[in-house]
Amino acid sequence: MSENNTSLIRFDSIVKKFPDVLANDHVSFDIEEGTIHSLLGENGAGKTTLMNVLYGLYEQEEGTIYLRGQEKIIDSPTKAIELGIGMVHQHFKLVSSHTVIENIALGLKTASTMRPTKEIERKLVELAAQYGLDVDPRAKIWQLSAGEKQRVEILRALYRGAEILILDEPTSVLTPGETERLFQVLQDMASSGRTIIFISHKLDEVMAISKYITVLRDGRVVDTLKKESTNKRELSKKMVGREVLFDLERKPVDRGDKVLEVGNLSAFNDKGIKAINNLSFDLHEGEILGIAGVAGNGQRELAEVLSGLRKATSGKVFIDGKNLTNASPRSIIDSQVTFIPEDRINQGIVGNLTLNDNVILKSYRKPPFSKGIFINYRAVKEHAQKLIEQFDVKAPGPDTPANLLSGGNIQKLILAREVSLEPKLIIASHPTYGLDVGAAEQIRNLLLTQRENGVAVLLISENLTEITSLSDRIAVIYEGQLMGLVNREEATRSELGMMMAGTRIEQITHDQV
Amino acid sequence: MGKSLPIKITERPNPSGLVIIGVSFLALLSAFLVASFVFWAYGTNPIVAYRALFSGAFGGTYELSETIRRAIPLLLAGVGLAIAFKAQFWNIGAEGQLLLGTIAATWVALFSPVPKPLMIPAMFFFGFLAGAAWGLIPAILKSKLGINDVITTLMMNYIAINFVLFLVQGPWKGEHQWGFPYTDKFPQAARLSTIGTTHVHWLTLVIGVLAAILIYILINQTTPGYEIKVLGSNPSAGRFAGMSYVKTTILVMFFSGGLAGMAGVGEIAGIHHMLRNPSELSLGYGYTAIIVAWLARKNPLAVILTAFFFGAIFSGGDALKVSIGLPFQITDVFNGLILFFLIGSEILMNYKIEWRKA
Repeated sequence: MSENNTSLIRFDSIVKKFPDVLANDHVSFDIEEGTIHSLLGENGAGKTTLMNVLYGLYEQEEGTIYLRGQEKIIDSPTKAIELGIGMVHQHFKLVSSHTVIENIALGLKTASTMRPTKEIERKLVELAAQYGLDVDPRAKIWQLSAGEKQRVEILRALYRGAEILILDEPTSVLTPGETERLFQVLQDMASSGRTIIFISHKLDEVMAISKYITVLRDGRVVDTLKKESTNKRELSKKMVGREVLFDLERKPVDRGDKVLEVGNLSAFNDKGIKAINNLSFDLHEGEILGIAGVAGNGQRELAEVLSGLRKATSGKVFIDGKNLTNASPRSIIDSQVTFIPEDRINQGIVGNLTLNDNVILKSYRKPPFSKGIFINYRAVKEHAQKLIEQFDVKAPGPDTPANLLSGGNIQKLILAREVSLEPKLIIASHPTYGLDVGAAEQIRNLLLTQRENGVAVLLISENLTEITSLSDRIAVIYEGQLMGLVNREEATRSELGMMMAGTRIEQITHDQV
Repeated sequence: MGKSLPIKITERPNPSGLVIIGVSFLALLSAFLVASFVFWAYGTNPIVAYRALFSGAFGGTYELSETIRRAIPLLLAGVGLAIAFKAQFWNIGAEGQLLLGTIAATWVALFSPVPKPLMIPAMFFFGFLAGAAWGLIPAILKSKLGINDVITTLMMNYIAINFVLFLVQGPWKGEHQWGFPYTDKFPQAARLSTIGTTHVHWLTLVIGVLAAILIYILINQTTPGYEIKVLGSNPSAGRFAGMSYVKTTILVMFFSGGLAGMAGVGEIAGIHHMLRNPSELSLGYGYTAIIVAWLARKNPLAVILTAFFFGAIFSGGDALKVSIGLPFQITDVFNGLILFFLIGSEILMNYKIEWRKA
């Protein structure tokens, strides 16, 4: 190993496995002291996993972490904090009924016996002033905005003496103004010698504040680059990759009647912010329409509105000529629409019930599975057996609880169930997210088969390669708005990448070539 | 220096039947072990105490009949709680629902124009409806407005208790009871027959066993039962599949409250034959039924066994009081300890503990 004096942290061949995924696959790179170093990658690329290893929340299976050239075993967050590492998680870890001071005090090993909060408050105000992280120390957490809570998290890390600060997708909860302010704080901290590790999948942000950028994809380091010597286009190419999809055979299919028509659709997210904004598109029989975009740009809300779980604030949804705007989930299911949900474990299956119970999740009220109020479990079992064989679901048998299956097999089970309902329209959200290559290919082939059978498929995915290789047309959304809709032949990767980063299709041809 | 524990805890997603039975048995054993210290603190040899408990519960025909008598209300209320817990509705209100059953039965027996031959069926029918209505209030509050079910069901118990007290001290106070806070005695047509000289009102027992079987079939063989299972295990998957949480919750509490109400009818028509102070009517059956359903792991058929088990603790507790002179509250100590260890052992079912390799 080469000795590098400027390296503060060195990841050497870190491997972290989860039951179905290799989350970090021999990750090696260096982080220099006093810099802002970004980790860039799509969801599931392994960024957060790697940082959880550094922060002591996970233990790596292989590999070593060096801190200032010394090997360190970090087996708990306490150890990480002792070593001067602090982490601000994507979801805040604050006690909302307590004050800011009390949250800072939580877990502190030492505090003066007499009036400890005074001491904390004094130090807190000092730290806050130093970095412009102003927040009322006596306010209760629930009274604070997301941006203020984040400042409390950062202050807590600094209070505990963090020299290295990890921020996991810190801007996902912030308004543009708050984001700018955060960037100023981070830059001040870096210039005063602290090291910032910034996790993001947003190209603009990464280009705005980093000195170094490490791109991760499928758990592996693609490259570590200096900000000055790269650009957004190169980064997006590295981030999305050029993975070749084998065995995908797209037969020409004549597109048929219109199945889905979405007109000027808008809806709010859970926080009451507009998440989809005036979306319009249509989808025909025998066609796959890909919805591309970086996660969190309205994909989930779109799928929820189409499935009846979220109310649209304006606009319309027509399915097979019927107005199903804001219809109930059941009437949408009854119109032969099926879903492959984004969160397959929580929305797609009932984990502790058997495969028998899971295959009839949507058809349990229909013959042959039920007669009157009684379920005919013999017919159900036969059906489950048939689907298991036909869709090659690896399972000991139909009586197995669904949560004992691997992610890929759960997804095959869901797809088998949904396809067996003979749908006119399939809405597939991130259907191969987190699956290994083999399972992903099978799922993609199943979607193509459905297309050949004349089914309309709405494919929502962050995986650009998947979108471009499956779709007939591609719509790109950014902050809930349509950036452009192109035919598959006309789509170039870099154009799609630009649209995903928020450039409208009309603007691309002029200023970027 | 941060030190790591020498053990590693990993998830066990689907504990096998053997694990569940083993862990439950371990919990019971621990409860009995800790209870021995209580006996010992009273200056009683635990072995002597357990022997008295056992013979008090199973020692002879009379003892056994007392065990069964206690098991009857626990069975009906326990089956009702099993279905509620299956749907993840935390019904702590069986006690109040049971008392509503006794109120409805009293009304039928003393104040209604129901003809004599129909009296008993009418008491069970209205008892069921009254318990169900009491259960539906929290069901609607939770499913429509998201109000915490534990709190509402629990609070409804106190309303029911005070309502009974109001009735027996006020409008329904008996004319032939020398000023005691009782209603008048039920007419003969409103009393359940018992087996021989025992207190076993066999009709309620039969209804209880039938209820256990029917609820088992409802949960495992029917479409509403399927919805209960799905919504109880993964509500968002159920919603995604178009199921109605509101409808299912109302259905579940209709049965849950109704069965507890029937338990109340059995107690008042089989044993007391009048409405009186709630603490004399019920002995906390509605609360003990929570433990009964929990120990049965929400399986209505297993409730038949666990209700019998807790019936034995009640009648054995009686014997401890008589033969050794221990306070009757010893049964509450038992119940508390058993529930404590059962809930505490839940984690052992869902997680494995392994020693970390050095």
